[in-house]
Amino acid sequence: MKVALLQGGRSLERGVSLRSGSRVTEALLDLGHEVEPMDLGPDLVSRLQTFDPEVAFIALHGTEGEDGTVQALLELLGIPHTGPGVAACQRCMDKSLAKYIFRENGIPTPDWVTYSEASIRDFGAASTFPRALETVGLPLVAKPASQGSSLGVKVVTSESELPAALMTALSYDDRALLETWISGRELAVSVLGDEVLPTVEAIPTGSNAYDFEARYEIGGAEFVCPAELGDGSAEEVTRVALEAYEALGCSGFSRVDLILGDEGPQVLEVNAIPGLTETSLLPQAAEAAGVGFDEMVEKILRLAL
Amino acid sequence: MRDMMAITARPEVISLAGGLPDTSTFPPETFAAQMDRIAHSSVAEVLQYGPTEGLESMRSQIVAVMGEEGTRVDATDVTVTTGGQQAIDLITKALIDPGDILICDAPTYPGAIPTFCSYEADVIQIECDGDGMRIDLLEETLAELAAGGRRPKFIYSVPTFQNPGGVTLSLERRRRLVEIARENEILVVEDNPYGLLRYEGESLPTLYSLDGGSYVVYLGTFSKILSAGLRIGWIVAPTPIREKVVLGKQAADLCTSTLTQHFAAQYFKDGRWLDYVDDLIGVYRSRRDAMLGAMSEYFPHGATWTRPEGGLFVWATMPEVINTEDLLAKALTKSVAFVPGTSAYVDGRGTSSMRLNFSGVTEDRIIEGIRRIGEAAGEQMFLYETMTGEMRLPPLDSDGGAG
Repeated sequence: MKVALLQGGRSLERGVSLRSGSRVTEALLDLGHEVEPMDLGPDLVSRLQTFDPEVAFIALHGTEGEDGTVQALLELLGIPHTGPGVAACQRCMDKSLAKYIFRENGIPTPDWVTYSEASIRDFGAASTFPRALETVGLPLVAKPASQGSSLGVKVVTSESELPAALMTALSYDDRALLETWISGRELAVSVLGDEVLPTVEAIPTGSNAYDFEARYEIGGAEFVCPAELGDGSAEEVTRVALEAYEALGCSGFSRVDLILGDEGPQVLEVNAIPGLTETSLLPQAAEAAGVGFDEMVEKILRLAL
Repeated sequence: MRDMMAITARPEVISLAGGLPDTSTFPPETFAAQMDRIAHSSVAEVLQYGPTEGLESMRSQIVAVMGEEGTRVDATDVTVTTGGQQAIDLITKALIDPGDILICDAPTYPGAIPTFCSYEADVIQIECDGDGMRIDLLEETLAELAAGGRRPKFIYSVPTFQNPGGVTLSLERRRRLVEIARENEILVVEDNPYGLLRYEGESLPTLYSLDGGSYVVYLGTFSKILSAGLRIGWIVAPTPIREKVVLGKQAADLCTSTLTQHFAAQYFKDGRWLDYVDDLIGVYRSRRDAMLGAMSEYFPHGATWTRPEGGLFVWATMPEVINTEDLLAKALTKSVAFVPGTSAYVDGRGTSSMRLNFSGVTEDRIIEGIRRIGEAAGEQMFLYETMTGEMRLPPLDSDGGAG
């Protein structure tokens, strides 16, 4: 098949995307496909039209690649693409919107409030911080509404830390969430087509439970797949994750991140296009299910058609 | 953070993050003439391995170039390296065992930190001010270490137009540093990539020339006065150290490219290289002035910055409420990049600072880049002020550095 491989882009996750893209390109070539890697730029549409692919493999993460921008363009051009469609991408990318949808569908998710930069800057929203703290409690997690990885994520343990944490989060997006910090096990459930893959557990190796950035550095966390969960928990985690995936309208593949605390699993977010490097969580989960990287790539491709 | 920097490779991004020399003005005819001469006289030689220490012709030209800065060295003490970065790597490899103490500037050259860490040095950073490393603090640190029965293996410093600070170690401090090295028998590694790129003021003697090469090891490079692409640097060190360096280099890459050594040796022998350096000085001086001018105009009240007399970098410090890693994220959405200050420290300091490069970007783009950074910082400060109802500004003072 003729495959346009979209990678790079202008988001802060460009680096990860380039790694995902090169690994996927290698797999596609091994599988015998004709691959044209493309970065996002002024020539994107003309390159797509000239190459005339049968399918576009989207290995982009973050803004523009994962938020429906590229998907909408491909749909307009009549080019089938991998991963979720425009609406599902938008729902996943907007963590606040996603949580509203979880709530509406009875899917457990930690309490939260959302602030926009405009409401703080122009409408006096800062005076509502005490109310937000009442709703969410301490410690809380401040995060940008639309970034991947750990970018701009800070844990707030006292009221005085809130402005700085919000300023950080709002440096990465014009909206930020304050979310209740749930102590528990960090789980990722990947879905590939109609198959729920084995759960991955991320076990932070650092001593500081609140240090999100360390977790994304090499050696910052250990990954166990399949996660060792009791029968009851394993089933519940899978069920809740699949509900979240479906509630946001995902298709093809995606990854659901959850916390398993005392009150059972709670969904934090769904990544429409999770990392596709050799060490990313989706490929790890696929491997645990007996699906090698190349086979996984082929499946993702077939699901797009 | 490192992942975020991937965006800087995109053409629309104004990157003030690099340390790139401007190679666009190098005369193509000079390049062609060098290559032509090589083609006619030394093809077999340039396609062959060379001695690990470097070609004789290259080493003697290095002696001549250092002479221009008033530093006299013996060609036998010179080892040619694959760029200045390898010089740092080799000297660290030669001198540091895991856990050994290494002292350097605070902030220090960000590219040296991974090297120091990879050899598991215990890095202690000594604060710099407008006159370079605070020698009084160095003495305090040495005394504290001595009290605990410890001493550093070496002191690494970029004393002239420091990367990243842009500051220059004063003559008085140079003399004192060399004295300290002698009194305590501690090696000083002087890294001097920018010494010939002075835009104003009087030249200062290198540490090596003040010391005569007993306790000072000198690291040089042609990356900033000729080409970073040729990858030619060097180490000047006394025999026992040089022997270890040569062994290390043998293990690393056998020898520096014979082709580029031939190219550089001939180029410097021709003697017109000083004209080219003069051209670069003219270009970089204007760019520095454009940057400093734009900073005065666009950076927020309370920001301070250095005013380098040479080199490639300005070091700016924003009001403390600003975290420059967050600011970078915001700046990148405005397609402009810089190096956040934390990358110049081993211990998380520098959160409000940034390194800005002016050599690799044209003046109009420098001005636009600084404007956007200033705008992003202004937005952050306004937001913070709104949230806290206060501005944590340092008091206005005359020597705050703001131009």
